[in-house]
Amino acid sequence: MATTTDILPSRSGNGAGGRLSSWKRRLLTGDDIAYLITLAFAVGVVLLGVLLVLQLWWQSSLAREKFGWQFLISSVWNPVTEQFGALPFIYGTLVTSAVALVVAVPLGLGAAIFLAELAPRALSEVMTFVIELLAAIPSVIIGLLGIFVLVPVLRIYIGPALQSVFGFLPIFAGPIYGVGLMAAGLVLAIMIVPFIITVSREILLAVPADQREAALALGATKWESTWKVVVPYARSGIIGSVFLALARALGETMAVTMVIGNAPLVSTSLFAPGNTIASVIANEFAEAMGMLNLQALIELGLVLFAVTIVINALARLLVLATTRRGSTHP
Amino acid sequence: MENVAGSGVMISAQGPDRGVDQPEKAPAKSVAKVSVEGLNFFYGPRQVLFNISLEIPEGKITALIGPSGCGKSTFLRTLNRMHETVSNTRAEGAVLLDGQSIFDMDVVQLRRRVGMVFQKSNPFPKSIFENVAYGLRINGLERGVTIAEVVEKSLRRAALWDEVKDQLHKSAYALSGGQQQRLCIARALAIDPEVLLLDEPCSALDPIATAKIEDLLLDLVASCTIVIVTHNMQQAARVADHTGFFLLGKLIEFNRTDVIFKKPARKETEDYITGRFG
Amino acid sequence: MRFRDYRRKIINVVMLSLTGLCALASVSVLFFVLGYLFVHGFKALSWDFFTKLPAPVGESGGGMANAIIGSAKLLLIALLSGVPVGLIAGIYLAEFSGKTFGFTVRYVADLLNGVPSIVMGIFIYTVIVLPMHHFSALAGGLALGAMLVPIVLRSTEDFLRAVPRSLREAALALGASRWKAIATVVIPAAGRGITTGVLLALARVAGETAPLLFTSFQSQYWSQGFNQPTASLPVMIYTYAISPYENWHRQAWAAGFILLMLVLVANIGARLILSRRASPARG
Repeated sequence: MATTTDILPSRSGNGAGGRLSSWKRRLLTGDDIAYLITLAFAVGVVLLGVLLVLQLWWQSSLAREKFGWQFLISSVWNPVTEQFGALPFIYGTLVTSAVALVVAVPLGLGAAIFLAELAPRALSEVMTFVIELLAAIPSVIIGLLGIFVLVPVLRIYIGPALQSVFGFLPIFAGPIYGVGLMAAGLVLAIMIVPFIITVSREILLAVPADQREAALALGATKWESTWKVVVPYARSGIIGSVFLALARALGETMAVTMVIGNAPLVSTSLFAPGNTIASVIANEFAEAMGMLNLQALIELGLVLFAVTIVINALARLLVLATTRRGSTHP
Repeated sequence: MENVAGSGVMISAQGPDRGVDQPEKAPAKSVAKVSVEGLNFFYGPRQVLFNISLEIPEGKITALIGPSGCGKSTFLRTLNRMHETVSNTRAEGAVLLDGQSIFDMDVVQLRRRVGMVFQKSNPFPKSIFENVAYGLRINGLERGVTIAEVVEKSLRRAALWDEVKDQLHKSAYALSGGQQQRLCIARALAIDPEVLLLDEPCSALDPIATAKIEDLLLDLVASCTIVIVTHNMQQAARVADHTGFFLLGKLIEFNRTDVIFKKPARKETEDYITGRFG
Repeated sequence: MRFRDYRRKIINVVMLSLTGLCALASVSVLFFVLGYLFVHGFKALSWDFFTKLPAPVGESGGGMANAIIGSAKLLLIALLSGVPVGLIAGIYLAEFSGKTFGFTVRYVADLLNGVPSIVMGIFIYTVIVLPMHHFSALAGGLALGAMLVPIVLRSTEDFLRAVPRSLREAALALGASRWKAIATVVIPAAGRGITTGVLLALARVAGETAPLLFTSFQSQYWSQGFNQPTASLPVMIYTYAISPYENWHRQAWAAGFILLMLVLVANIGARLILSRRASPARG
């Protein structure tokens, strides 16, 4: 029998045990210490989150008290006269996100369908890998390409083309600078497409095979089986992925700032310059004129935070609902 | 709800392979190494072991047989308090190791003295050497021996040394299933346990690997008390000195192996042995 | 009837080809970005780029040495502040946590993960920059570190949970106490996954610009220590890109190329290591 040179007295886990010495010698054991240390860090994480919310709330108090709910609907943003209304930025955020979704959702869903339903396994894996890398490209680099590639192309080719055909619509009217809401919407589309593709692909792959088989056995074409059976089955998950992408788009800063033109205006034309919440913060924060300006910007951050949280939560619920349904399907 | 067990002192019985009784000499008394009395076990509100009492004799191989789900594995796992790693379990009753309650002992000390080999081999993602050395590294060594010496000794006891002595630093996962299980036995032996618990160790192995393990158990028992749970009756008949038959959480019968198999006292035992169920 | 079927077949082919085109388009964006950066960025790479400070506005020449060092500093602070928190909290979630508090921690972590990076910058601004009354590398590093926490936490927890129960049982049966079993068996078994998780997280924050804009701010010079504002690659790219100077544009491409290469190499490397993890090997 081996005698041991170091004996670590450890108490037992749950269950009947450790009656003898544990109450006599309430010394902290190795297990206890490990538990306490890891617990402390976990609590730290929670505190970090709580502190973040609190800071956003406290440090915007000046602006919140001064403007109240008017903040959200006033369209005047003037640091000099100290009037701050968030409407242009809320508008800009909504419009650019809408443009991004209009472009990215069909594109992303189409690609996801291809990757999940049509492509052979190996090809699908490789392409998905590449698309995941696309998601890793830093925003500022997309912005770089936005400024020097997308903006000129918009100004010289796409803009005039759109205007010549659809110019009667107010959204395509007006002077074309290249920078503007449309440019921002397009770079956002590039940034959110990978999320729509990867999440939708997972969701489509999780649809049970018997669904497709049932459709095909009834004489449906591959497309009909996919579009009329598989996609509807996965509908809530796909919508969830769109919400996820939207949440991502709302917070996108750099690429948007670089191509949106930075004007605190509400315009009907997509070709007009504008601002999003994120881009105005990026632009003005470091040079804010005075405490009220700063706190107004922080209040904008609070608004952005709140909206992002809500949309993320919705997204997760939807994705969860689909995947759980898929797995409990007999 | 009766059970058949020795009353504390048991006659030294020899297994079917071990030669003949010597009638002239007074039978040697062997001591109960592990003594269980009135053990009840609960998963939450559900009772799965009912009033188990038996004595595991020292220096012998004891087999526990019975149909699947009868509680023999659960019973085995209480002997080294592994049931405590699962929440919501409760063991009531007395379990004594050399006369001392295992519930009053420090659980780490207990598990050094009572080792376990699991149904499916579970070597660590480390080298063969490091797997065997693991118990030594965390529990400490006897003075005057090196880790390398103990590793070699353990691998020899597990009948694995010759096969791996040139590749001790290769990954344990490079070994075959049977070799991995013997590695797990070596790993358990490295800390020199007094009792070795084996939970259906051969159930995932082919007959040749099984035979190797059974042979090493027969050699091992000279230095170690062995308790083996098996669903294979022939295995119990081959290696065990004593056998206990479990059914639906109760210990139906416990006796020398030859008695259990040739002249079972209970009808349930006889039915199981002859294959009428299970 | 015949015509209807014929039409369905055409729709089938058309729609399926369209989806293929969508996939192709999405994939080619990456190659387009890479290619464009390579062509424009590679030209501007020079020894000067890596070793010189930025030239005064309008003048030619100069480099981004301070931005490269600055980014390294920021990542170091982020690593030292965010990774341990994420790791240890992740260990708590995987090994020690109860149901309700575990749920709370995970929920908050997901919340933090969803926070737009610029809002994280605001947060660090209020708690670090305001009290200090100046921008600093420390603030920037902490902003990045705060972003690391939820990512590292989730990935650590996932990889620890993936370690099979049988390995834990084997360690416990050999007399290891719970924390010893975790430290000597479970964590090493999950080691490769956890490291790649950290690597991926670092690659992700290395490209972040927004939270740095008003924490570490920027600088045209070397920054001493961690208490001063510092240049960083992403911020430099941004500043140069929106400037009117041709010389700066060229440097922005070069910096973009470097940054993208680093991020992609880290990502590809990490994913390759992870996929090879499928069969556990080596001890």
